[in-house]
Amino acid sequence: MKPPPFEYYNPQSLDEALSHLAEHGYDAKILAGGQSLVPMLNFRLAQPAILVDLNNITDLAYIQNGDSGGVQIGAMTRHAQVERDPIVADRAPLIHETMPMIATTQIRSRGTFGGSIAHADPSAELVAISVALEGKFRLRSQSGEREVPAADFFLGMFTTQLEPEEILVETSFPTKPARTGWAIKEIARRPHDFALVGVATVVSLHADDRIQNSRIVFLSVGDGPVVAEKAAETLRDQSPSPELLRAAAETAAVEDIDPSNDIHASAEFRRHLAKVLTRQALETAIERAKG
Amino acid sequence: MSDLYQLTVSINDTEYQRSVEPRLLLSDFLRHDIGLSGTHVGCEHGVCGACTVLFDGQPIRSCLMFAIQADGHEILTVEGLGTPDDLHVIQEAFWEAHGLQCGFCTPGFLMTLVPFLEENPDPDEAEIRHAISGNICRCTGYQNIVEAVKLAAENMKTPTRG
Repeated sequence: MKPPPFEYYNPQSLDEALSHLAEHGYDAKILAGGQSLVPMLNFRLAQPAILVDLNNITDLAYIQNGDSGGVQIGAMTRHAQVERDPIVADRAPLIHETMPMIATTQIRSRGTFGGSIAHADPSAELVAISVALEGKFRLRSQSGEREVPAADFFLGMFTTQLEPEEILVETSFPTKPARTGWAIKEIARRPHDFALVGVATVVSLHADDRIQNSRIVFLSVGDGPVVAEKAAETLRDQSPSPELLRAAAETAAVEDIDPSNDIHASAEFRRHLAKVLTRQALETAIERAKG
Repeated sequence: MSDLYQLTVSINDTEYQRSVEPRLLLSDFLRHDIGLSGTHVGCEHGVCGACTVLFDGQPIRSCLMFAIQADGHEILTVEGLGTPDDLHVIQEAFWEAHGLQCGFCTPGFLMTLVPFLEENPDPDEAEIRHAISGNICRCTGYQNIVEAVKLAAENMKTPTRG
């Protein structure tokens, strides 16, 4: 099908874009990379009166060193640029490892880092890893700016803290602490398709190799990113052993998540995948944390 | 109907000026307004890859962009790749290796592969399959497409003609 008619605004600056949003509120929708929005328009699942195109606001596309070892990624940075960026590879290896998993080459040429996060699809890898990495998002409106931790930003399916007059302008990720490893694992029916289940982990170790802290975040098993808090608690201050990791993966799959049935997979199968993927991800993250 | 917007776009090294409705998809603009019907429209929601073109050198799905967004940019479509008398080396490899049957998906595969082979002159089979995973073909079973890509990579290293 073809998109419904809409009024088109093509602001050349962030201030101009914010003034459109301030004026039109809920009637306006932001057009970033368009790789989720345009299919929704083509299906007529969305019929916004106004589109505010951010593609000509070039100063929202950048990758730079953050404070003391972190990294900052402008919201309009294309996935393809993040995928190839040496700063990201060095300072945020989990992001680097995740990028090729996101959709297809053609989508990554056009899709944006901030767009994927603001869209808040529960299947989006960037949603889960930004929570796992304790990222922060900078939201701007005409009346000011606020910074929201990723863990608080996602409210539910396609729903975030963003107000209709706000734009996500920057994502930032903190310094990776010493003795910290990461991993992301997912299973999809076809490579680059939406994952049936995915899990991102970040694990920090004490000097004696006991687990100091771990974050385990699932995608595609709920209305948003799902943090496996009970599983992480079972790991705290323990020495990693195959039995410990198997038990933690079991806890994550049985107690921390409540996946649903759909035509792609049953809830039971999703729990099975969650268990296997969690164990694998923890093993990889711990190996990397040891260095 | 909403207002018309002027755009100037370079397509296959030719500059075009047109007036378009903002909701006009780039894929429909190429086919209907410019008359370049080599860009095929399959699913129209970013899954099949048939409408892949190069936008400033990067492969994109032309069904997921509005024509107006191409204002001031450069597009390369399959018509800009080669001619029947002077095929592009990737087109020739598809011909030789039987990389197509009905041919509907072929323009999308070709446009995906042009930047891929520039960036990866010596790809292995896994890399090739990864690269074409955003393009769906319902005829070939992909085997001969993979063979064609290997052949194209080989021929690009040691040009056999021209």
